[in-house]
Amino acid sequence: MSNNERPNQLFRNLNAKIASIPMILTALVVFVGGTAWTVLYSFTNSKLLPRLNFVGLDQYHRLWATSRWLVSIENLLIYGAISLVFSLVIGFVLAALLDQKIRFEDTFRTIFLYPFALSFIVTGLVWQWLLNPDFGVQRVVRDLGWTSFSFDPLYNSSIVIYGISIAALWQGTGLIMCLMLAGLRGIDEDIWKAARVDGIPMWKTYLFIVIPMMRPVFITTLVIIAAGIVKVYDLVVAQTSGGPGIASEVPAKYVYDYMFFAQNLGQGFAASTMMLLSVVIVIVPWAYLEFGGRKRG
Amino acid sequence: MVDIASLSPGAQALRRDAAGPSGPKPRHVFSRRNIFLYGTLILAALYYLLPLYVMIVTSLKGMPEIRLGNIFSPPVEITFEPWVKAWATACTGLNCDGLSRGFWNSVRITVPSVILSIAIASVNGYALANWRFKGADTFFIILIVGAFIPYQVMIYPIVIILREIGIYGSLTGLVIVHSIFGMPILTLLFRNYFTSMPEELFRAARVDGAGFWGIYLRIMLPMSLPIFVVAIILQVTGIWNDFLFGVVYTRPDTYPMTVQLNNIVNSVQGVKEYNVNMAATILTGLVPLIVYFVSGKLFVRGIAAGAVKG
Repeated sequence: MSNNERPNQLFRNLNAKIASIPMILTALVVFVGGTAWTVLYSFTNSKLLPRLNFVGLDQYHRLWATSRWLVSIENLLIYGAISLVFSLVIGFVLAALLDQKIRFEDTFRTIFLYPFALSFIVTGLVWQWLLNPDFGVQRVVRDLGWTSFSFDPLYNSSIVIYGISIAALWQGTGLIMCLMLAGLRGIDEDIWKAARVDGIPMWKTYLFIVIPMMRPVFITTLVIIAAGIVKVYDLVVAQTSGGPGIASEVPAKYVYDYMFFAQNLGQGFAASTMMLLSVVIVIVPWAYLEFGGRKRG
Repeated sequence: MVDIASLSPGAQALRRDAAGPSGPKPRHVFSRRNIFLYGTLILAALYYLLPLYVMIVTSLKGMPEIRLGNIFSPPVEITFEPWVKAWATACTGLNCDGLSRGFWNSVRITVPSVILSIAIASVNGYALANWRFKGADTFFIILIVGAFIPYQVMIYPIVIILREIGIYGSLTGLVIVHSIFGMPILTLLFRNYFTSMPEELFRAARVDGAGFWGIYLRIMLPMSLPIFVVAIILQVTGIWNDFLFGVVYTRPDTYPMTVQLNNIVNSVQGVKEYNVNMAATILTGLVPLIVYFVSGKLFVRGIAAGAVKG
């Protein structure tokens, strides 16, 4: 706290400093300290208890040789690609439709957004029920007469991650729609008038004029989606518990299981450090693009 | 009038071009464009509503009806038994007192967490906005950057800290954890709000001799009720829906509702009672849903604020 040697500087503005103690502790102890601690201990062979017995990159070698981790990464990539593409496309299309000065706009928006208020646990359990092959969508279509119809993503290890993505999109697209709608509302009405005068068709106006103008909104949205992708955990726990077998494991679950069940802390720390690295890879270019050119205000 | 209002300028131009210069054309409510527009929106709305509908319908059926019937069909015989069972007698492990235990745990977690996190963050945001001291912005930037760190990186160090203090596994520990992780976004929210308030107000109060807490309690607090409501909405839904912290920092008898719900539904023992499961799921989702439907536009504001952080 004391950036200055003179005591009268330290006690100046004392109340504000006292009020900031929780923030300072959180920033230094939890965020900086906790992160450094985890990264440090990821180079040790800690098992049941954290011990400073350094083994170099052993944990990382073991991590990348574990099939469960590789499956987790593959799932995260598929899930991430689906989330990014579909939430952007669906979110933008819904926002564009709502932006046509339609009636009942509030009603539609309320409907599209309500899943976002629900937890991932609730989302996962509902979709587990809907995708249940014995009672859910598959059974309903079969009862209609199409007896060979097959749609059981949660019980088929090659497509289970798509089943999870369906639930995630249902829960999250409303938020993306809201952000996009806010972005569309920020576009100057004159742009539309100019495009109309020039006789540019509507889809072209969207594609070549409006979307490039919404670049900041898209970048923010992208960061939000990306941050959410790395965190995905509860949804998988609720919907499949990582099954069938290890087919729907994700990195966050790997970390939790190794820390609290397998009692292999070193592996958990190494895996969580990899998660941190993936976030850094996403965030740093973004921060550079957003704040790099300008001075921090 | 209706369809003129519903057409965007771009679309009007498009239609005019396509029709050629044949004078004003009568427009119909059931124009092809409107049918497409509303048709798509209604289909999408049905898709989004379907899971909620299936949850409610399933929770009102008896098990024989579920085994024989269609998940989309409305219940022939409405029964509230699954709801009673989910609330009062559903089993998780050895406890058979239903979700009510988890509900009260969640209440005992959410209420203090919301109050504590907002109290800390609002005072903090106020200090950052009006009483800047040297180095304050550095900590603030660390805080905001920290919001992007995956929780998995920090959960174990926090376990150790809480164990050292002696509150690991207690509700107090979880309340502190929620306050810590709610801090970045809430501080940002309050800082931005207080910064946007007129500087003269603050100066006038200073001239009148009011101090740090005096200005906060008598001027800032009463003038920033909307942002407090936004913060409350954000925190109530966020903390109620939390699973990870609940499962890491509490014990089975203090599990929050989400954790207990997951244990009830995904338990491997016994016959699966889908109607009870769905009733339990709705019960858990009810609090955030009520907050959402009551708060309306403020909820959107809250998540838009939350979205800034990511």
